[in-house]
Amino acid sequence: MSVLRAAVAGLLVLLAVNLQIGFFSHLTIDGVVPDVALLVVVGAALVRGPEYGAALGFAAGLALDLAPPADHTAGRWALALVITGYVAGLVRNDADRSAVVSVLTVAASAFTATSVFALSGLALGDPGVTTELVIDVLPIAVLYDVALTPLVLPAVAWVMHRVAPMSHRWAYP
Amino acid sequence: MKSHTRGGARSRKVPLLPALLVLVALGVITVDAAMDDSPAEPLRGVVGDVFGPVQSGLSSAARPLNAVGEFFTTVPGLRDENAALRAANAQLKAQLDTAGIDADRLAGLEIMRAVTRDAGLDVVAASVVGVGPAQSFSRTVTIDVGTVDGVTLDMTVLNADGLVGRVVRADRSTASVLLLIDADSVVGGRLGSSMELGFLAGNGDLSDQGRLSLTTIDSSVTAAVGDAVVTWGSRNGAPYLSGVPVGSVESVQSSPRDTSTVAIVAPFVDFSSLDQVFVVVGSAPERAATQAEGGLG
Repeated sequence: MSVLRAAVAGLLVLLAVNLQIGFFSHLTIDGVVPDVALLVVVGAALVRGPEYGAALGFAAGLALDLAPPADHTAGRWALALVITGYVAGLVRNDADRSAVVSVLTVAASAFTATSVFALSGLALGDPGVTTELVIDVLPIAVLYDVALTPLVLPAVAWVMHRVAPMSHRWAYP
Repeated sequence: MKSHTRGGARSRKVPLLPALLVLVALGVITVDAAMDDSPAEPLRGVVGDVFGPVQSGLSSAARPLNAVGEFFTTVPGLRDENAALRAANAQLKAQLDTAGIDADRLAGLEIMRAVTRDAGLDVVAASVVGVGPAQSFSRTVTIDVGTVDGVTLDMTVLNADGLVGRVVRADRSTASVLLLIDADSVVGGRLGSSMELGFLAGNGDLSDQGRLSLTTIDSSVTAAVGDAVVTWGSRNGAPYLSGVPVGSVESVQSSPRDTSTVAIVAPFVDFSSLDQVFVVVGSAPERAATQAEGGLG
């Protein structure tokens, strides 16, 4: 059963990363694509909690770091999504979680992940990361992710509930 | 981080796994950034072989979505505006013709035609199937040809307009291309009129604002506005062939402080709508050699 769960999570990540790079490359806004991988991580973290969010964030981030056409230093998206997945998972404990909370979590997560990735680029001296570019990219990324939340999060939550062990199941509004 | 590990005995809420994963991620970054022969490279190959075909499939599924943009421009309210813009655009294009910039572009194309015909380049046609997100701050694309098609590291990628970039990794059925416009990309360029050499660096902007800055080696040389820039070329044509049109000089900025002039070059290639590209898999000397052996493929 745990092998099946891991396989499902792996498939989700594979699909999310390739949707982000292959599919949404046809629907970019100023070159910005929705962070589908991030949405999957946040969606899973909201259902399964911070530890799971961090683990899935690491896997999804590493996939983003290694999948073509990535050319940046490996581990940067992994770092950004571990932190994001963990923080998003903490929100799960809010008993009265509503759609609004989910959307706010996504917005905060998109901001955090993009910022951490950009900061790691600045720390490593990546010439592509400039403050102006970050300021251009950040709001578009956050809004695009929020726009896709109603499509991705319920689907991820459904999958997560289906494959979750009994002890981990709770009601999803 | 320290408080996490120190607090091990404190409460049940110890985020041990997340803390570990953060450390692992930092470790991966350090290793990949510091080592020339990074262990991440073979991993990239494995992931590329698995993810590449999925990316190609999803991309071809999404290709009709390019029409979504066209749909919105046919919304009645926008139609009139569109017509007005088209008229203005046509007028501006005519003005450009008289300004001679199109003539330069044509000259660039002529050079390219001459390059491919006379040098007898072997090219492989490819489609762009994945675009690195702007969130990653590097300008790379995935193309749907790989090592099975003869594509290897450092090959020149061009399209009908001019130089696109070079192959930075090749997997079995896909390859990653670093675009000319990437802030990390530096290409040797030659000014069409004076034959002077310089270095072209991208500014990382994919949109129409994407520009290259050309710093000439001889700082006394000033580029003329409208001057065509072609590649200078590398040894054995890798990573860049010589004589591929790159762009035309748009403006010249001189800085009295460091006594150098930087020419701003507008690339011929529209990087925001890349689709069909060509990878040069055989350069002239190799081709000549195979012809001499009678092994022309």
